[in-house]
Amino acid sequence: MEEGNKRRLAVRKTFKLYIGGAFPRSESGRTYQVLDAHGGFIANVAKASRKDARDAVLSARTGHRSWSAATAYNRGQVLYRVAEMMEGRRAQFAAEVARAEGCGTTDAERITDAAIDRWVWYAGWADKLAQVIGTANPVAGPFFNFSVPEPTGVVVLVAPDDSSLLGLVSTIAPAIVSGNACVAIASQTRPIPAVTLAEVLATSDLPAGVVNILTGDPAEMMPSLAAHGDVNALDLAGIGDVELAARLERDAAGTVKRVRRPQPDANWYRTPSLAAMSDLLEIKTVWHPQGI
Amino acid sequence: MIGTPVGLDQLHSALKGLAGVDEVGAASRAAMLGTRSIKASSKARAIDLAIAMVDLTTLEGMDTPGKVRALCAKAMRPDPGDPGTPAVAAVCIYGDLVATAREAVGDALHVAAVATAFPSGRASMAVKLLETEQAVAAGADEIDMVIDRGAFLAGDYVRVFEEISAVKNACGSARLKVILETGELKTLDNVRRASWLAMLAGADFIKTSTGKVTPAATPTVTLVMLEAVRDFALVHGRKVGVKAAGGIRTSKDAIKYLVLVNETVGNDWLNPDLFRFGASTLLNDLLLQRQRMLSGHYSGPNYVTID
Repeated sequence: MEEGNKRRLAVRKTFKLYIGGAFPRSESGRTYQVLDAHGGFIANVAKASRKDARDAVLSARTGHRSWSAATAYNRGQVLYRVAEMMEGRRAQFAAEVARAEGCGTTDAERITDAAIDRWVWYAGWADKLAQVIGTANPVAGPFFNFSVPEPTGVVVLVAPDDSSLLGLVSTIAPAIVSGNACVAIASQTRPIPAVTLAEVLATSDLPAGVVNILTGDPAEMMPSLAAHGDVNALDLAGIGDVELAARLERDAAGTVKRVRRPQPDANWYRTPSLAAMSDLLEIKTVWHPQGI
Repeated sequence: MIGTPVGLDQLHSALKGLAGVDEVGAASRAAMLGTRSIKASSKARAIDLAIAMVDLTTLEGMDTPGKVRALCAKAMRPDPGDPGTPAVAAVCIYGDLVATAREAVGDALHVAAVATAFPSGRASMAVKLLETEQAVAAGADEIDMVIDRGAFLAGDYVRVFEEISAVKNACGSARLKVILETGELKTLDNVRRASWLAMLAGADFIKTSTGKVTPAATPTVTLVMLEAVRDFALVHGRKVGVKAAGGIRTSKDAIKYLVLVNETVGNDWLNPDLFRFGASTLLNDLLLQRQRMLSGHYSGPNYVTID
């Protein structure tokens, strides 16, 4: 009985970043405290610096090479695998979402299920995107003329601050389904589900560097990322500050990036539009002599 | 340290008599010098200096005259978008492409040819000398020769010495770089011995590696070679250059090497006549960092040419 009454020592953990398939600390050594919806302490997480963000872009560029070369069918399988792995941790995700967002257990489970289903939904899109977005164009000559979608490259996305899991999945999945690699900046105030998602992604057959997840202050990291010459697109979903968003969009124009604008009132439950994927694609049109 | 003159009969005992290298000490000193923080204005100068020290290299079986001409164009004007970018020091190619390269660069750059059965060094003396003479006749003003590592490791220092002297003779006015291929010499004691051997035999430069063997250039090996060069200059009063080649891919690494040079042999060697980088991909990273320092934002591989 004495043994049973002893209080167990807490296993405290400082959560780290997810860059290039590994979990490094911030090179700056900084961390910040994460509080739950009622102001209680949950954990310390790494506070990524601009240098970490830059390293993440390098990793994403590497990840993009193998990921964009994988077959669409294979990408679909990997995305489905992510759903499988999340399903195994369903209870953990639900508990973390409940604590972070201050909602009840039922709501948290509903959010988690929606997030898992979103991966499955996008997994199905992987090998159908080219049929829906690509076209065989009619031309006045003995040629074939095709337009086919290609991934734009490295996408930097700021996940929504309020929807810590569903919003995050709903911004990452459409970016990578077509072969892009991404650097995702998690919700600053509710990063714990993102950290757990990183652990899921690390064990989901996703090549290293395809998804990199940073925790920290988007306002600190985004200006240098918006101007970065090796970033091809920005998804500003979680940028609440209108002036900052406008400035980032202007900076992005300097290197001709694609930009998805902030979505402050998005309903993440809703079935996503095709634009979530097609905004991050390049269309390549090919002329082909009619051989047969 | 070995003074002049050395009779060939004493060469073996003199080289064996060189003090041994403290491997742990050398590695930790090289690592320590690699942690120096370089401030922005120094970095900008270091990057320009490193670009001016590059021997832009292509040493592949698939090299074509067209590829060499493209390489030469890039060597003369590394960043066409910014005329302020310095040219590199030399182009480094196989001997049969020297004429093409010389025609492309004119007198603007050095043309370095690898010779003496690069990269293995396994051929007869006559073949090695002929290869050297032909490269010089075709317009090479620098020759990168490899030593016979088999002979060196077997302890036949005299043979290696005579080979280097003979090639040096065949070079005429061209400068001779002697590649030690440190990755195959196994110990730092051997690196120190081979450095002295090459310098005594008349090398104008000692070079770490061919780039075909791993490990290639490392900070530790380069430190040992720089120390040999420093000691040789003290005893013989002749400044021999060092070329670090192979495996140096980032600006950060290049700057670490410049710190090594400055702290080991001093300011005199921070000059393309006495220190070189043998590299192909390094130049692009130097250009990206240079663009970043000028524009204030990070650049990407889309903004430099693919070799």
